[in-house]
Amino acid sequence: MRALRRGWLRFRAHRAAVAAGLLVAVLAIAAAFAPLVAPADPLAQPDPVALQNQPPSAAHLLGTDRFSRDVLSRIVYGARVSLGVGAAAALLAVTVGALVGLAAGLASPAVDQLLMRSVDVALALPRVFLILLVLALWENAPPWVVVLLIALTGWFQTSRVVRALVLRLRESEFVQAARALGSGRPGLVRRHLLPHLAPTIIVSATLDVGNIILLESGLSYLGLGIRPPAPSWGNMIQDGKDQLFSAPWVAAAPGLALLVTVVAFNLFGDGLQAAFDPRDRR
Amino acid sequence: MLTYLLRRLALALATTAAVVTITFALVHLAPGEPFVAGAEDRFVPPETVARLRERFGLDRPLGVQFARYAANLAHGDLGESFARHRPVAAVLAESLPNTLLLGATALVLSLLFGIGLGIAQATRAGTWADSALGALALACYSVPAFWLGLMLLLVFGEWLHWLPVSGMADVTLRVPMDGLRHALDVGRHLVLPALTLALVNGAAVARFHRAAMIEALGADFVRAARARGLGERRVVLRHALRSALAPAITLAGLSVPALLTGSVLVESVFGWPGMGRVAYEAIFARDYNVITAVAVVAGVLVAVGNLLADLGVAAADPRVRRA
Amino acid sequence: MSDPRAPGGAPPSAAGEAGPLPGAPLLEIADLRVAFASEGGVARAVDGVDLAVHGGETVGLVGESGCGKSVTALAILRLVEHPGLIAHGSRVRFEGRDLLALAERDIRAVRGNHLALIPQEPAAALNPVLTVGSQIAEVIRAHQHVTRAVAAWRAVELLTSVGIPDAEKRAGQYAHQLSGGMRQRVLIAIALACGPHLLIADEPTTALDVTIQAEILELLDGLQRRLGMAVLLITHNLALVAERTRRVYVMYAGQIVEEAPTGALFAAPAHPYTQGLMAAVPRADRPAERLAAIPGQVPPATAWPSGCRFHPRCPFAWEKCREEMPPLLPAGEGRSARCWLLAERQGPDAKTPSPQGASGGR
Repeated sequence: MRALRRGWLRFRAHRAAVAAGLLVAVLAIAAAFAPLVAPADPLAQPDPVALQNQPPSAAHLLGTDRFSRDVLSRIVYGARVSLGVGAAAALLAVTVGALVGLAAGLASPAVDQLLMRSVDVALALPRVFLILLVLALWENAPPWVVVLLIALTGWFQTSRVVRALVLRLRESEFVQAARALGSGRPGLVRRHLLPHLAPTIIVSATLDVGNIILLESGLSYLGLGIRPPAPSWGNMIQDGKDQLFSAPWVAAAPGLALLVTVVAFNLFGDGLQAAFDPRDRR
Repeated sequence: MLTYLLRRLALALATTAAVVTITFALVHLAPGEPFVAGAEDRFVPPETVARLRERFGLDRPLGVQFARYAANLAHGDLGESFARHRPVAAVLAESLPNTLLLGATALVLSLLFGIGLGIAQATRAGTWADSALGALALACYSVPAFWLGLMLLLVFGEWLHWLPVSGMADVTLRVPMDGLRHALDVGRHLVLPALTLALVNGAAVARFHRAAMIEALGADFVRAARARGLGERRVVLRHALRSALAPAITLAGLSVPALLTGSVLVESVFGWPGMGRVAYEAIFARDYNVITAVAVVAGVLVAVGNLLADLGVAAADPRVRRA
Repeated sequence: MSDPRAPGGAPPSAAGEAGPLPGAPLLEIADLRVAFASEGGVARAVDGVDLAVHGGETVGLVGESGCGKSVTALAILRLVEHPGLIAHGSRVRFEGRDLLALAERDIRAVRGNHLALIPQEPAAALNPVLTVGSQIAEVIRAHQHVTRAVAAWRAVELLTSVGIPDAEKRAGQYAHQLSGGMRQRVLIAIALACGPHLLIADEPTTALDVTIQAEILELLDGLQRRLGMAVLLITHNLALVAERTRRVYVMYAGQIVEEAPTGALFAAPAHPYTQGLMAAVPRADRPAERLAAIPGQVPPATAWPSGCRFHPRCPFAWEKCREEMPPLLPAGEGRSARCWLLAERQGPDAKTPSPQGASGGR
């Protein structure tokens, strides 16, 4: 755990990354307490005729959309989708990737080869195309399907990184010593490997969240991710596209929210990586 | 080199086979059918549906269908589009060149943008300019491509009226255009979608290239080049850049899938008549043969991208040519 | 025919006589100071070096690694990189001009032209992705108005003149396709490309096999005699200095601690550090004990000792050595050393100190 502490001290030195981490925390809290934070009901349509496509004002800080819904409130609720899908899919993907990587690294060479060659092929699959296909065929797929699809197509890189690390650790002295002392495989993994893998896995997950948020927003933009009327930043941009020239704020605001959120996750992840994992990865 | 090429080819074949199989299975096992009797919006009599099913072989067992499809594919026959009533090959022949034009332009631009940004940052490493450019790269790296496209559209198309907002050619002008005019018109339509993809993709290149350039600029041979009285421009652009180019080229080759993905979204934003749009429409129409064909083409493009990257690296770095 | 330059104005070296050559020196360094700022403090890597090289002569600059000799070489070419800084007040006069005061493009015209460097590590100093021929040709084109074709032809000619067989083919190859000795020959060809008046050779043979070392040194010798250029030979290898140089500067902890004609220095080293170095040279008649004669290590450049920088390792050090830094004191004809012992014995016939243990290491 001293490694974690040293990493934390190094991380603190990256001021931008610390700020990004705080921003991520603020976003997460805002999403969790959306009903308290949002000024209005994200689905309420107070007056679809008189109040539609209102520019930003004191009453509606980010204006209203074509159904007179408050854009800011929809963004706050949309954060639940983006952060929720991002975090859940990243956790799931990293877990699967770490397990496969551990298995490959500890298994016999034949199994290892089989797993890794499969990963080679899987990495070359047109990921987004396959996700689109399943979502289009599975009409009205619930959000957990989106999470599952993203996770199941997103663990390949992590498994490679973890496997490489396991192979290196396996040859290291302390693992050899633990083996000599008769440590069984589960004990070996829990006590000796996981603590060393943890930083890599955490960094991997953090950097994944940003990409997954972008992916989910793209799916929702195409009408295949989170479906209206539930607000997600991607389907809000789709909504705003039709009035892009007359009411640009409707599409601009959720996109800015996406940009800021993804920048925050990437900065945070970069900082973690620099702190915990000063060399390689990639 | 030969064994290496064979390995690459084997991987490409395995991948394409996997894509075809997965796609075929997904499409055919999913609930729903391309020809639906009695749907509210398009009523088709049941006998017609039966005839269509028979014509396209959909009444056969799935194994037979797959074997037939694979056999046809091996002969280069991609089948017929249900929705368009045309050979799939013709549909692709129409749309694929447009996607390739967009993708290749975007790839070249993203390399220029990414490498340029990487050089600009690395030569100023640690200064405020490096940080500012790094922030720009991070923003481009973190922006959703489709939204960036919309914003560029808004600014350059609607507000400034510099560039056309949609399509690939000006269809309102019915004046016959000669070749050069037509090319210029397509070029004007190409600017925004290609720029959108290039900014997003180039940012990833820049993040890598900055690190590679910083390493190269610190190398002994760069200092030795300075000691020979070479100008700074030559030292940076010839000595450091040439040796740092390999990772950028690799990354560009590996970014082909990302470009294809991006083109689905960006083509939809800009109304660019490419393969991304064809794929999108085919998925919703359950146009099986088109869907599978797009998957095959995507697999081939990805493999070609990897191969080009390897060749590019070999051209840039004589040390890897031995392998 | 393959003489890479027309003979310059420099007189050919007539090694043998010990005294300084007449006339203004080709290179004259005065009070050169280079500092590196780091988290551990300020490292004064070069701290007040004075040094002169006359036309045609070969001068040695010796010292252990970390003493500042390579930084001195870079500072002469004004190639000290961030976070290093050359202090104001330092002067590097070459052919009558202060290199440190030149505009960037003017110093560029000097580098690789009349003042050339053979860098350390031939493996790292050649660009791995450019052919060696193109790396020679580009130096020629940087300094002379010749066409690409002429430069390429001259590159092949230079490769021949440094003893590379089948030069035409070699010119089209890359560094990884050449042997270590071959790479060093290429670097020599690059350095000679524009007919330098002064060649700075930084450990030119350290990375090479012993047999190839001798070949490279022969080559350098021959070229120097033919071209009449001066050479500043930077090395930790005393045997090399003894064989090849006319005068020697000994460097320790960022300072020159002794300067003397080569013969005199080896006959009777004046500074305890020089004595230690010589005792540490492995010889055939006794087993090699690395630096057995000098206890301790070179101190870090961020924390030079007070007083004489050698005092913690010096067998003769006393109170004064710890408190006050000695200046370079005259130590006989044409020589000087930075040691208080000389002040003690100041007289018409200053003797070198020779207490017991100084020639130790047995």
